[in-house]
Amino acid sequence: MSEVVLSLKNLETRYGQIYALKGISLDIREGEIVTLLGSNGAGKSTTLKTISSLVPACGGKVEFYGKDITNAPPHSIVEMGVIHVPEGRRIFKELNVTENLELASFTLKDDAERKRRIENVFELFPVLAERRKQMGGLLSGGEQQMLAIGRALMPDPKIVLLDEPSMGLAPIIVQGIMDIIKTINDRGTTILLVEQNAKVALKLADRGYVLETGEIVMEGDADKLSKDDSIVKAYLGH
Amino acid sequence: MSLQEIVIQQLFNGLLLGSFYGLVALGYSMVYGIIRLLNFAHADIYMVGGFCSLSLLTFFGGTFIGNGWLGIIVSMFITMIIVGLLGVVIERVAYKPLREAPRLSLLISALGVSMILYNSAMVVTSGEYRPYKTGLSYEGFSIGSVFITHTQAILIVAAVILMLILHLFITRTMYGKAMRAISMDRDCCRLMGVNVNKIIALTFFVGTALAASAGMMAGVYYGSLHFYMGFVIGIKAFTAAVIGGIGIIPGAMLGGLMLGLLESFGTQIPFIGSAWKDVFSFIILILILIFKPTGLLGKKESERM
Repeated sequence: MSEVVLSLKNLETRYGQIYALKGISLDIREGEIVTLLGSNGAGKSTTLKTISSLVPACGGKVEFYGKDITNAPPHSIVEMGVIHVPEGRRIFKELNVTENLELASFTLKDDAERKRRIENVFELFPVLAERRKQMGGLLSGGEQQMLAIGRALMPDPKIVLLDEPSMGLAPIIVQGIMDIIKTINDRGTTILLVEQNAKVALKLADRGYVLETGEIVMEGDADKLSKDDSIVKAYLGH
Repeated sequence: MSLQEIVIQQLFNGLLLGSFYGLVALGYSMVYGIIRLLNFAHADIYMVGGFCSLSLLTFFGGTFIGNGWLGIIVSMFITMIIVGLLGVVIERVAYKPLREAPRLSLLISALGVSMILYNSAMVVTSGEYRPYKTGLSYEGFSIGSVFITHTQAILIVAAVILMLILHLFITRTMYGKAMRAISMDRDCCRLMGVNVNKIIALTFFVGTALAASAGMMAGVYYGSLHFYMGFVIGIKAFTAAVIGGIGIIPGAMLGGLMLGLLESFGTQIPFIGSAWKDVFSFIILILILIFKPTGLLGKKESERM
């Protein structure tokens, strides 16, 4: 079995007195696509924010290749290769497409390498290449999501944490985004995918975890989860 | 004087005044953009810059460097570094601990820093005007009957060069881009690997250094310094920043130059005269706030899902 990239051990996070994560544990192995499912407020986004240290953990551990990175400064976590694409894409609206990408490789000192990586992103997303001088705020939702994923590729990530990449997008665009995630994964990047759209996520993922009010209530292979009665009822409809 | 000469004279006065306003406005705008703070202490930094450069220039006057152009350039360089670092220290001590606190706390902290700075300057200078002696000559050139000293001309050029350097820094370097990005979305910058604290400190360094350079230029131009000299220019520079659109860097430059020109031409309006020039600036501020509250270069946030 391949090596564990990211491991959460009994991770706890709270906002004020209210626990958003009540001790969750999960492992993601090299080359996997793992999805984290759950309804609104289950703690999916909080899990990602705790990994990338935007919110502090109050208990438990986040380990990256066995190294404890709990509550390390966010920029140092990025430098290690753990890249979090936040919910709602958060494109810098008044920077153009190229500048958005440049900034995503802030930790890189080599300008020539930066240019090369931008060209790689443009190769993957020809639409973005056409709009390289356009302000981020003027892109369509799908284009913004491509830019958000493009940004995540700039620092040459080991693992990408994607928060609701399908949110607010038309089904046909969602399929395009999922194909891109698959492509990135095929090239060797491990993916942790948070989704409300369980159908799409389970089709793409190798394994999944189901989160309910801050606790993991179920885990298993994606095939198995998509056939599970309670999952079908709660998240897949019919 | 002919009308043409009056225009040239006022154009020149306006540009000079406007460059001081612009240099100070830049710091207001940058700091506001990045941590949403009206840094009241900024005007006092301008004053500290003046005094710091005077001490250095007086010191260099006794050495081979002298207090001519070489001395002025060297003093300005050192002043910008020293006062820039003071800005970083102020941010670290008085603003950073309050970054997550309500905005009002931050504002009061800034007022406190302002008081500390100008009261210290008052004690050190016994509240007196200090002559700003330089080794510069009063030579110059004439356009018609308008006489302009070399010093005045060089000050404008120097201010414009500083603004250009800043503009290139903000638009071309990674640090400059990070500054702009932080003012749009701080948390997202963290996720891009930007060390936000470092960039905020850098912003304070640059903004403060520019105000210090303006303080020095004002000393060279007016020939004297006073501990309370920052007060009026602080309000004017703030006005300039709002006119251009606070948080927008080119806006601060534009607002500064516009305000300087409007003020100097305003003195030429019959029956109004120079005593009313402050009233003139604030009428403009009020008009801008009523008709274009985001400032001349400000735009509405474009939202798109």
